Amino acid sequence: MDYNASFALVRPELLIGISSLVLLLIAAWGEEKSARLVSWLAVAVLFVAGILLVPTLHDGAVGPQTQAFGDLFRADAFAAFAKALIYLAAIGCLIVAPTYFERLRAMRAEYPILVLLATLGMSIMVSASDFLTLYVGLELNSLAAYVMASILRTEGKSAEAGLKYFVLGGLASGILLYGISLLYGFSGGTSFTVVQAALAGDMSTGELFGLVFVLAGLAFKISAVPFHMWTPDVYEGAPTPVTTFFATAPKVAAIALTARVALDVFGSQADAWRQIVIFASLASIIVGALGAIGQQNLKRLLAYSSINNVGFILLGLAVANAAGASAMLVYLAIYVAMSLGSFVALLMLRDDAGNLYETFADVAGLSTTRPLLAWALLMLMFSLAGIPPLLGFWGKVVVFQATVEAGMVALGAIAIAASVIGAFYYIKFVKVMFFDEPAGVVTGKSGAGHWAILGICALLISPLGYLLTPSLGDLADKAATALFPLM
Amino acid sequence: MIGIEHYVTVSAALFVLGVLGIFLNRKNVIVILMAIELILLSVNINLVAFSAFMGDLIGQIFAMMVLTVAAAEAAIGLAILVIYFRSRGTIAVDDAHQMKG
Repeated sequence: MDYNASFALVRPELLIGISSLVLLLIAAWGEEKSARLVSWLAVAVLFVAGILLVPTLHDGAVGPQTQAFGDLFRADAFAAFAKALIYLAAIGCLIVAPTYFERLRAMRAEYPILVLLATLGMSIMVSASDFLTLYVGLELNSLAAYVMASILRTEGKSAEAGLKYFVLGGLASGILLYGISLLYGFSGGTSFTVVQAALAGDMSTGELFGLVFVLAGLAFKISAVPFHMWTPDVYEGAPTPVTTFFATAPKVAAIALTARVALDVFGSQADAWRQIVIFASLASIIVGALGAIGQQNLKRLLAYSSINNVGFILLGLAVANAAGASAMLVYLAIYVAMSLGSFVALLMLRDDAGNLYETFADVAGLSTTRPLLAWALLMLMFSLAGIPPLLGFWGKVVVFQATVEAGMVALGAIAIAASVIGAFYYIKFVKVMFFDEPAGVVTGKSGAGHWAILGICALLISPLGYLLTPSLGDLADKAATALFPLM
Repeated sequence: MIGIEHYVTVSAALFVLGVLGIFLNRKNVIVILMAIELILLSVNINLVAFSAFMGDLIGQIFAMMVLTVAAAEAAIGLAILVIYFRSRGTIAVDDAHQMKG
């Protein structure tokens, strides 16, 4: 394949990469004044990049014509599905950020550029078809994310969150890299096709170690138990718009990457990694449900909730067939809508002076001071808990269905039981908002951008969202087929 | 004669030292940065040794990439460390507990 065809396949990445450099120049020129402009331009860039994905997504592109640069990069339907979610989540996080940072007099033009660079890294990650591309994309994403976590330079909490994220993220990359080096040594290449071919027969001990290290490194990135300990601290300490970003876009990217590595590269050794994924999945569901119970801070609560949701997503991965992968993608899409909506709702918990509140005590009796916000949060929490008729229920249904159809009934049963425990703290949230004595601190108004995003997310997860499930399921099926070209 | 297994052993030992350095270190964060570098360098030894052993160039290219990223990572790590020190006045690991859980 010639270079022109390769460049045509990486158009979204080229667009984001070049625009982030141009925006950096504008930011250097216009200084603080240009922050809003750069922010909106970044939104426009991501929107256009998203539109460029539509043909790939619609045609369900798969096979050799999606491989660019000597099969270092694969722009197939699976990657396009993940990229579409990533860009949408990043757009949401860019829109809500300026209000938050301007009140702290910390709105800098670097912030939207860091979001763009992180998005570029994620885009490369999900399209990787060589461990070299995978590593470069992952690090481009991580390095931008470390800076974003500690962007409030004068706040101790933000700096501490950045430090913790950096240390544990560095460790995760190290573990992942060590696994890659072992796979390289024992299978003779870094390309996904070479490693896949080498793993097709019996696995040597070296390859087994490589596989375990790679999966452990990726588990860190998706914050699956037992590698979840950084999540609550980083989510609490990072500025809330950054937390919104962390809980959505990078999670999609890391999960898509894990799915591609597990199902494609390690596809022939599914029996070897399935036990690891099942353990991580059940442990995440249980730890996510139990850990959230005692929390007072709502950001920490949502951090445990995201660990819990990752468990359900991994359940779809553990099935290790096209139906499981498709169920996983459907759940992922619904999770992004719920998670984005909840964090944006948290960003709207302000008093008249614009100060943010983020604990249970502050939202007590929210239904009397901000009824609309309280009802939106009620929908989001019930949807996260998986209560019908909200869309979160549908996500859990498709995952359980895939699990049961693959004959893993016991696994599905344990997960359902654990999700009942999880419902406790979501319902507690709703109880505090609607039935407790009003604290009366959250009275401030919110901007149109916040309401728009919250409204869209609430509409998507409402029963009306079921109208979209056929087309969402169709897109997810096409994307999942790209991972299983032979079936 | 030094064979591939010696290189792999040295690299595994360095990797374990690096991981232990992160978890057992109770003094300060600079030591953690050094431990992360140690992990990345152990990976590089592995890559270059395998590359030379198999007569395949990809491992050396990969090692170059790792070196570059490691440099960027160290720069960002030290920058975060500086702002952390400014706001807290210390870089002891035990003091990083403003948030617990």
